[in-house]
Amino acid sequence: MADRTVLIVGAGPAGTRAAERVAAAGLRPVVVDEAAANGGQIYRRQPAGFRRPAQTLYGFESGKAVAVHGAFAALGDRIDYRPLTLVWHLWESEAHLLTGTTASRQQYDALILATGATDRIMPLPGWTLPGVFSLGAAQIALKAQGCAIGSRVVLLGTGPLLPLVAYQYARAGATVAAVLDTSTLGAAIRALPALAARPGMLAKGLYYTAWLLKAGIPFHRGITPTAIEGTDGVAAIRYRTADGIERQVACDAIGLGYGLRSETQLADLARCDFAFDAVARQWLPATDADGRTSTPGVYLAGDGARILGADAAEIAGKLAACAALQDLGIAVPDAEMAAYRAALAPMDRFRVGLDTAYPWPAHFAAGLPDTAVVCRCECITAGDIRDVAREKGAPEVNRAKAFSRLGMGRCQGRMCGAAGAEVLADALGVRLEEVGRLRGQGPVKPLPLATGIAP
Amino acid sequence: MGRFVRLAETDRPPVSLEIDGTMVTALAGDTVQVAILTNGFALRESEFGDGLRAGFCLMAACQDCWVWTVEGERLRGCSTEVAAGMRIVTKGSTWQIEPS
Amino acid sequence: MSTPVAADVIVVGGGIMGAATAFFLRQRGVKVVLLERGLVGQQASGTNFGNVRRQGRFLPQVPLANRSRGIWGRLNELLGEDAEFIATGHVRVCFRDEEVGGLEAHAAAVREYGLDLEILSGNALRDRFPFLAPGAVAGSFSPLDGHANPRLAAPAFGRAALRAGATVVENADVVGIEKTGDDFLVETVGAGSYRAPVVQISAGVWGGVLSARFGEPVPIVARGPQMGVTEPMPYRITPVVGVYSSVPEEGIYFRQVKRGNIVWGGGWRGPALPDIQRAYVDPMNTLRQLPMLRRVAPALGALRTIRTWSGIEGYLPDDIPIMGPSGKVPGLFYAFGFCGHGFQLGPGVGDVMAELIATGTTSTPIAPFSITRFATP
Ligand SMILES: Cc1cc2nc3c(=O)[nH]c(=O)nc-3n(C[C@H](O)[C@H](O)[C@H](O)COP(=O)(O)OP(=O)(O)OC[C@H]3O[C@@H](n4cnc5c(N)ncnc54)[C@H](O)[C@@H]3O)c2cc1C
Ligand SMILES: Cc1cc2nc3c(=O)[nH]c(=O)nc-3n(C[C@H](O)[C@H](O)[C@H](O)COP(=O)(O)OP(=O)(O)OC[C@H]3O[C@@H](n4cnc5c(N)ncnc54)[C@H](O)[C@@H]3O)c2cc1C
Repeated sequence: MADRTVLIVGAGPAGTRAAERVAAAGLRPVVVDEAAANGGQIYRRQPAGFRRPAQTLYGFESGKAVAVHGAFAALGDRIDYRPLTLVWHLWESEAHLLTGTTASRQQYDALILATGATDRIMPLPGWTLPGVFSLGAAQIALKAQGCAIGSRVVLLGTGPLLPLVAYQYARAGATVAAVLDTSTLGAAIRALPALAARPGMLAKGLYYTAWLLKAGIPFHRGITPTAIEGTDGVAAIRYRTADGIERQVACDAIGLGYGLRSETQLADLARCDFAFDAVARQWLPATDADGRTSTPGVYLAGDGARILGADAAEIAGKLAACAALQDLGIAVPDAEMAAYRAALAPMDRFRVGLDTAYPWPAHFAAGLPDTAVVCRCECITAGDIRDVAREKGAPEVNRAKAFSRLGMGRCQGRMCGAAGAEVLADALGVRLEEVGRLRGQGPVKPLPLATGIAP
Repeated sequence: MGRFVRLAETDRPPVSLEIDGTMVTALAGDTVQVAILTNGFALRESEFGDGLRAGFCLMAACQDCWVWTVEGERLRGCSTEVAAGMRIVTKGSTWQIEPS
Repeated sequence: MSTPVAADVIVVGGGIMGAATAFFLRQRGVKVVLLERGLVGQQASGTNFGNVRRQGRFLPQVPLANRSRGIWGRLNELLGEDAEFIATGHVRVCFRDEEVGGLEAHAAAVREYGLDLEILSGNALRDRFPFLAPGAVAGSFSPLDGHANPRLAAPAFGRAALRAGATVVENADVVGIEKTGDDFLVETVGAGSYRAPVVQISAGVWGGVLSARFGEPVPIVARGPQMGVTEPMPYRITPVVGVYSSVPEEGIYFRQVKRGNIVWGGGWRGPALPDIQRAYVDPMNTLRQLPMLRRVAPALGALRTIRTWSGIEGYLPDDIPIMGPSGKVPGLFYAFGFCGHGFQLGPGVGDVMAELIATGTTSTPIAPFSITRFATP
């Protein structure tokens, strides 16, 4: 049995706990992560030589961060950990790995994808200007590099990360010129019953908001951003208040994001079935409660499956590991899996609550001017997408991609995919799910042509 | 002078590198992106004539921070650690098509 | 069941062959229905490399390729849309002294067909194409060949046919074709039925299933050429480049589009699954292509590939298509199985098939492509 290979992609909270559980069963999993260090996004580690304590880096979450890092370190030789290694393709029960410019293959009997998430972006005119970064990027600059993205920063969008990053920035001494939240207080109140499923999370969110207000940081809800101004860089953000008044805030940096989107490319290359998730407004790999996909031997855990946050990612990692072990014929206590499933249940209710409180502003897509860039890699505008919908009759996103190059760039549609689909659906006058999803194509990230095959 | 503002971890050893022909100082452990954006305001020019770019996601997802070196190599700014003696170009490209 | 829609000609399959045939039939005033299972130009015609190359072809095919090249040159005005054809020239290079003779012999042979190639070697070759590796020995340059955008060309033909009065039906999966009396009755799933005295089967690799129903099976197989593309670079490589070699794996080809990306393919073929209409790239094939690309143009080694893909193409054992009238059923015509080189031919095939259907004869020789070559006694 010990010769069975479990391959885990991602060393964030989900991957860490999955590895721990697989190792506990006596197998030695292979853990691959393209990052230089384990930890994933929320528990991202600062480089060697940085000295801020965990409390400064992770705030309320520092205990969990230390625990996850500690659990990973404790695995030591019981896992085969390969940092700085990208899984760039999957093919016939083998993962194609890339380290630097060396390609190699890793056979697996079970594959646990714990690939996490990235910011979900709704573009607006000017968002490609230097100085506009994703909200997650704003946090990473601070967490991993000790930097703010500018000297007068506006944080724009919605979601739990918005007040959190504002709080972290202000605490670290950055100037936060404004927090511009597209969600309304009314929505937050409507979401309260569902959010109460995780009272601790709710309390933290309220704390950050209260702290910001007390610190006198302008925090506006229910706004509609109209454009980012500037020539060689950000100079200001224009928006409409909830009352419809035009406003402008001078700034040299903007952190922009509307929640997260799951990183699903590898699941697609593993040919997993996808289903439209009405909450995320994203096509997601279909899984059972334990993380099994439609492809035998392939499992999903963490934000890469559904955006449930770090605590849920840890549990989902263990649960997916149990499912994989069970399917490999290794005994797993039923009670253990039942406990994980029970622990995940309120997380899913909370997810619905979060989406109610901080809705993805799908309707902004219709209001984007024709000249607004949607695909920043290929410089494809909202007008280009509308044109292929109306003039060339593209009925779904892959056809729109073929005609317009939307999503054809280096990022493989990570940044523009969500908004591009909304623009297309709006132009066609159909529901979002009807325009489908961009088919995944290898490599999931750029592959150097200098790559050679490992001997 | 640059786009990014250092708020912490400023007592790291300095690292010298060249950006567009000018010697600048970064700190050990900086990413190439941070090294450039603490000394300047953009990383590159868009291929399609729509102006300057400074990267976007900082987590190796958006691929908007690839820069050229004088030697004709490409570095992903957000996920490459700066090294002494690097020679970065943020304007145009250094792609040479003739075999050396 | 509703009465079948009547037409003069029903074209089954809306790849570049079917779409171009429908367009040129309309130019001749013929009432035509084009039935496409998915979307026009979505299969091989929309996923190919985009090479508009005449040199290196089977000699008897050169007249057809020439006719097609003539149409490519005026495609935009003909269709009212830009399919991004540019006559950049196409160069075939070899890396072995003993291969030079083959290039020269081909140049001499195609000259008889009105295709002028220029043979370059040594420094002259590298002066003209400075990106080539020092190991390139000689090259054959076809100045009027070039490339076009496959994602646009066949759909542009489809829309132009529609504007010219054709009935173009997408999401029309043809499941039955039967000849009753003078007419064919064509049944689709989801898009009704159609009736006409003439049917053209231009269903790509799927054409074999349909020809077999008329007692004309062909040994067609599906394969997926393996494509890739780099990030955009400054536009510096103008011609389409292909390797001429006796070793199939060395047969890499690439082109740079004006926006800057370098598209490549060649060498290995991957699995193509006609039943699910999907073809895949085996990542090992991509990895094996990379050194072949660097071998031809070392500068490519500085770049990154951002996407790979494949498409389903039908291949016949003699590497030439099936084109022309049925050997058995009057009123039935074929144009399928283009063996990896049909994109360039598409406009010409459409023009020739329209001529053949409308007039009963064609001025361009197509006899070598007759389905009767596979007839069993
Ligand atoms: C920028 C950012 C900031 C966040 N901040 C917070 C926060 O402050 N508080 C909070 O509660 N939640 C935060 N979240 C949400 C957070 O991501 C989750 O709560 C948690 O990190 C999810 O854990 P995970 O293990 O599913 O994925 P992650 O922690 O994202 O880990 C995924 C790992 O997979 C690796 N990976 C992905 N694809 C590949 C591949 N093809 N090859 C190799 N490796 C791969 C990545 O490098 C990464 O290390 C943040 C998310 C993001 C994106
Ligand atoms: C990856 C790749 C690279 C290539 N590179 C080049 C190149 O550079 N240069 C070149 O000249 N050629 C190239 N080729 C070959 C070229 O693409 C093909 O020869 C050409 O596109 C064939 O066109 P077609 O119309 O016959 O087939 P297709 O484009 O496959 O069209 C056939 C159509 O018929 C439809 N169909 C099938 N069955 C039915 C049915 N029962 N009912 C209704 N509709 C049906 C299909 O849906 C399909 O749309 C390449 C091919 C591939 C796959």
